[in-house]
Order: sequence, then structure tokens, then C-alpha cells
Amino acid sequence: MTSRLLRLAPALALVALIVLAWQLYADSGRLAEDVLPSPSRVVSQGWENRGDLWSNTLPTLRATLIGFGFSLVVGFLLSVAIDFSAIVRRAFMPLLIVSQTLPIIAIAPLVVIWFGFGLAPKILLVALVTFFAITVSFSEGYRAAEPEAEQLLRSMGASRWRVFRSVRLPTSLPYFFAGLRISITYAVVGAIFAEYAGAESGLGIYMQTAKNSFRTDLVLAAVGVSALLTLTLFALTYVVERIALPWTRA
Amino acid sequence: MTAAAPAQATATPKLELRGLAKSFGTLEVLRDLSLHAHAGEFVSILGPSGSGKSTTFSILTGGERADGGEVSIDGDASAAARAGAFAYMPQKDVLLPWRRIVDNLTLGLEVQGVKRAAARARVAPLLETFGLAGFEQHWPAQLSGGMRQRAALLRTVVQERPILLLDEPFGALDALTRTQMQRWLEEVWERYRWTVVLITHDVREAVFLSDRVYVLSQRPATVVTEVAVPLPRPRTLETLADPVAGRIEAQLLEALLG
Repeated sequence: MTSRLLRLAPALALVALIVLAWQLYADSGRLAEDVLPSPSRVVSQGWENRGDLWSNTLPTLRATLIGFGFSLVVGFLLSVAIDFSAIVRRAFMPLLIVSQTLPIIAIAPLVVIWFGFGLAPKILLVALVTFFAITVSFSEGYRAAEPEAEQLLRSMGASRWRVFRSVRLPTSLPYFFAGLRISITYAVVGAIFAEYAGAESGLGIYMQTAKNSFRTDLVLAAVGVSALLTLTLFALTYVVERIALPWTRA
Repeated sequence: MTAAAPAQATATPKLELRGLAKSFGTLEVLRDLSLHAHAGEFVSILGPSGSGKSTTFSILTGGERADGGEVSIDGDASAAARAGAFAYMPQKDVLLPWRRIVDNLTLGLEVQGVKRAAARARVAPLLETFGLAGFEQHWPAQLSGGMRQRAALLRTVVQERPILLLDEPFGALDALTRTQMQRWLEEVWERYRWTVVLITHDVREAVFLSDRVYVLSQRPATVVTEVAVPLPRPRTLETLADPVAGRIEAQLLEALLG
């Protein structure tokens, strides 16, 4: 435990340094308080409004998790289809890559216009920004399977599906977790984008409302909460990986 | 040259390859390859690297199709006869790192549709002989090279297929461990008398373990010579000091170096 804290020390020191510089600059009074609030003000105002922040964090967290779960299922199924059929791969891959070039800032309002202020547009946008890394990491993982292992399974009389299940899929799991960590950092941002374009509650709409009433301190407080949310989800992937891949610790 | 026991000479071989041919594009790998193994016989195929030994095994296990020739099991050349005939042990041990040792050992049986508990019950009596008792719950990464190789062999024999195909099983081991494994395999084979076809490029290994040795040519591979090894069993380290063993080794080396 202490060694882990020691490893975090450089990161914590850097953050402390940045916050300190920010605090000193804000205190110098060169910019008005509502243009650049000091970190201490962000924290104290965030704490005072913790009830509002919390009630807006929950919908964002829910949209993130449901959207990400949906993305996992879709991303995995796509990777399987692509692995089993060269035609599916050739048909889908260009489309999937194009989907990653769409400017979310332009797409988000459209998706809200089409699907309303409910959960659906959030799920779609979270999935749109996260599924690709999942599909690609699974696909790369399948292809890393040892040809000797596949040959061995076939010599035992295994079907193609059996070879996939017993060799290709387990081989891909460490790759998948690498992809999972990339995509989960987009998930919260995706949900906030969707809410920013229109929602009844959530950190995105909270930021927008705060900005419109010149509460830059509360905007930043909400940004801090969303960062914490992402960091927590990111850390969770390591916990899940340790449980799911016990052999990597052997 | 052919000095198989008289009783076997008349019997139908367990495994017979007749006139096998295989090319990859313009690269001719096998040309008129013919060999056989009788039930309970230990036969080795000795050949230079890249001479098509592994391709031969691929054809037997269904990974590749021969361009010509025939493979028959007990005189039956149909695909059905071949389907369940072989248990194959690859060069690398290919223990799946995400399966505990016991689950690696039952892999072949599971693929055949044997239930987990039944598969484990069939593995259990072999654990002692294969030096794996007490290691069932280990991960493959926790085992030494020799143990991994024994696990790979157990995974092969427990499938109870009529013919074992061993593709340079000890090639990746250090010299000392390899010698230990050869002695151990000879002992275990004495007990079970499997029908074995062993691919190797180690002349001494071939002599120590085999009843008969085939020497293959450079690509395209065909049988250059066939040498019986009439050394008494059980074989020990003294067997290798036997002048007969020395003569056979020299004969094989000469055939290999052509």
C-alpha cells in the first residue's frame, strides 16, 4: 500500500504544483473572480452545492454505465462477426472507421433532436465514442492467438466455434482490457456531450446552466466531478482485470 | 535393412502412409513418402530441418490435404478411419495459459464432449506417472519446462487415440532435461506400449526410444532408409554405450548427411 502511494507521489506533486500556481494567479487579481475563480473557491462552492452536483452526477453515471454496457455488447458482437467472416469485415470496417471521424459536437444535438431528452440519445452517443476501441482491441487479440494452439485444437477435432471459444477469445482478453481502458476515458465525456446538447438533468446540462449564469466556479466543480468519475472507472478496470484474468498474476 | 519382427511383418500395420505427395505452390515438400507403424511399435522419423516432417503430421491430423497418396488405419484408407485415430503433441507444449494444469490435461477430452468430472477422473490415475500429482491447480506459467512437456504428453495420451504423433517434443528443452525426459518416456512407454510416431532431428533420441527409424531426405522428403533398432528393453544409459547403438547411430548419421 505504501509503495503504491509512493508511486502516485510524482503525479500528486505535479497536480499540487499546478493548483498552487492557479491559486496564486487567481489571488493576484489580474482577472475578475467570475472569469477565473481560484481553486479554493471552486472547491468551497462545489461543496456548498454538493446536493445539486450529486443529483446531477447520478444521471450522468447511469447514462455512462448503460451506454458503455451497450457498447461492450455491440463492440464484442461486431468483433466476433468480423472474425468469422471476411465479407462482414470488408463490409463493416470502412463504415466503423468513418463513424469515428464524425464530429461529436455536431452530431450530439442531432441525436437529441431525433431521440429526445431521455436516456436513448445518451446511450447512443456513449456507445458511438466507445465501441470502436473495444471492437478493434478484441479483433487484434483474436489475431494474436497462437497458430500452434489452434492447430492442436483442430487435431482434437474441435469446431471453428470451439477453437474461437477455447483459444482466440481467451487470448484476446488482455488486449480487450487495454482497449477498455482507452474507451472508458471517452465514456463520461460522451455522456456529458449528450447532456450538453439537451437533457433534464446531468453534469452536462448542469455545466451549461452554470455557464449561462456566469458561475464559472460551478462549471469547474462539475468538471472536477466528471474527472473523478472517469478516474474511478479507469481504476475499476484494473480491479476487474485482476479478477477476470487470474493467470496473468501467476 | 527392414528387420521388423516376423510376427509383425505379416500383420496389417496400425498406420500406413503410401506414396504421400504434397506441394505448397511450386515448393514440393513431400514426394512419394511411404512408411508404416505396427500396433505397439515406437517409430521415429529422422530428417533435416525443413524436410517436411511437420507437414506429414499436419496431413495426418487434418490440417493439410495431401496432393496424392493414401493414409490407412488398420488397412482402412477412408477419412472416417483417420478422424479419431491420432493424438497429436506439437513442438511447443501449447499449454493454454488461462487454464489450470488439470483443465489443460482434460482439454482434448472436453473437445470430444466428455463431461468435466468424467474427464478429470480419467486424468487422475495418470498424474503420478507423469510427475504432476499436486500440481493440478497450478497455472502453466508456474511449471518448469520438463513438467510442461510431461503435461503436454499427458494431455495427448489421455485422449486414448490409437496412435500418438509426437512432433519434436523435447526440442525446446536443455540437454540435461531432455535426457531425463527421454529416459522417463522410455519407461512410461514400456508400461503402456502406445503406438508412437516420433518426429525428431536428434539421432541419439531416435535410437534410444525407437523400434524402427525412418530417415527422410532433404525437400522434397522421401524415405532414404529405414533402420531397425534391435536393442533390448528396458533401455538405460548403458544401452547407449552398447556398440550396436553406436553402429546404428553412425549408420543414421551417414544417411542423414548423405
